[in-house]
Amino acid sequence: MVNKGPDLAVLDYGMGNLRSVARAWEHVGARVRLVTQPGEIGAADALIFPGQGAVMDAMALLVDTGFDRVIREWIEADRPFFGICLGLQALFEHSEEGDTKALGIFPGTVRRFRLPFGFKIPHMGWNSVQWEQRTRVDHGLDSERDQFYFVHSFCVQSDDAGLVWGSTEYGGTVFASAINRGNCFATQFHPEKSQAMGLRIYRNFLGII
Amino acid sequence: MLSARIIPCLDVSDGRVVKGVKFVSLRDAGDPVETAQTYESQGADELVFLDITASHEEREIMLDVVERTASHCFMPLTVGGGLRSIENIRQMLNAGADKVSLNSAAIADPTLVERAASRFGNQCIVVAIDAKRVPGTESWEVYTHGGRRATGRDAIAWARDVAAKGAGEILLTSMDCDGTQDGYDVELTRRVSDAVEVPVIASGGAGALSHFADALARGKASAVLAASLFHFGTLTVSQVKEYLHEQGIPVRI
Repeated sequence: MVNKGPDLAVLDYGMGNLRSVARAWEHVGARVRLVTQPGEIGAADALIFPGQGAVMDAMALLVDTGFDRVIREWIEADRPFFGICLGLQALFEHSEEGDTKALGIFPGTVRRFRLPFGFKIPHMGWNSVQWEQRTRVDHGLDSERDQFYFVHSFCVQSDDAGLVWGSTEYGGTVFASAINRGNCFATQFHPEKSQAMGLRIYRNFLGII
Repeated sequence: MLSARIIPCLDVSDGRVVKGVKFVSLRDAGDPVETAQTYESQGADELVFLDITASHEEREIMLDVVERTASHCFMPLTVGGGLRSIENIRQMLNAGADKVSLNSAAIADPTLVERAASRFGNQCIVVAIDAKRVPGTESWEVYTHGGRRATGRDAIAWARDVAAKGAGEILLTSMDCDGTQDGYDVELTRRVSDAVEVPVIASGGAGALSHFADALARGKASAVLAASLFHFGTLTVSQVKEYLHEQGIPVRI
């Protein structure tokens, strides 16, 4: 059987397991290629940036591979892009995690949660997302009803209301759990771990390609 | 609001799901992938696979089970049992596990927690603590090797220690309560939860709906784990969630 779905280049910059991300995109009908260097991206329809591990390690590997420039140019050209978890955080200017300079595509700083006693870090588990601006990618999702799987200790609080696609509250902190500008989408949560509702986001994203 | 997590645990031996009552007398009951899918459809928030008799050959079988499960279930999966080295952990994560749980190996070599956390990220590393109350006291001792070996370590101090070394979560099993269905050890759970910043999963003793609420509300657990109760259909995950929702505890429904 020839799979005719959109061709996704998933950035594999050596931070570990990409199986669940790849399987989830395949499940909703995409062709997935793990790319380990910029030359392999070719004529991909979309770039997928799954973030894992610590941001300082990830940034060092992105710079080594040259993916840092690729990501900037890709988003600059408004080509379809989806970032996940650290793949959202790394798009901002700076992260408190290891005092790291990040990609700087969007203004803002990634900060560690500062929470009252009793609120656990990492923010781990299922939480809801208030969809602040409706796009085709959140089509069919309900702010009250649907929850997504999070696991992170750092988060983005952005003043740029146009950038914040969805927001989430934890321990009194409201952070950007999803961002969007043009064809660039990124989520702090893991759609590939969020069962049917997460897969819906991936399926919807394929619809904009 | 962050939801409390309901986590079915599948004890796996030789590629099959079993459940030990007080860690002995096993009953065979099912295919792990099918069981995982059933729990997913019931609304389980995560799954834990414990490879309870992990020998070298069995680990190969487990990698295959994890790989097949991760290909069919789009939810977080933790795998524990017999993982002793960075290489064991790497293989399990590559097979599709989101987190690994370390127990005896963390006691034998506490640097493993530190090394694994820095290599794979804190969020991937769960430390499982099997604790038993020291009779007549308000303290609990850590046991390893499926509860057969006493370590002389205090459970609360050990929890603090592994959290400092980079464990992203603690899976806390009360050996006194495990298999009794008389309820979680709420006191132990609350003590550990108050001692660490990372989330604590309460385990051991679930037998009735109110037990889940006790561990979450009074025990301050972030998640509750149960095995046989779900596995033999005494309660479904959805029943537990409906009950907790009625009690005002946030859950994903």
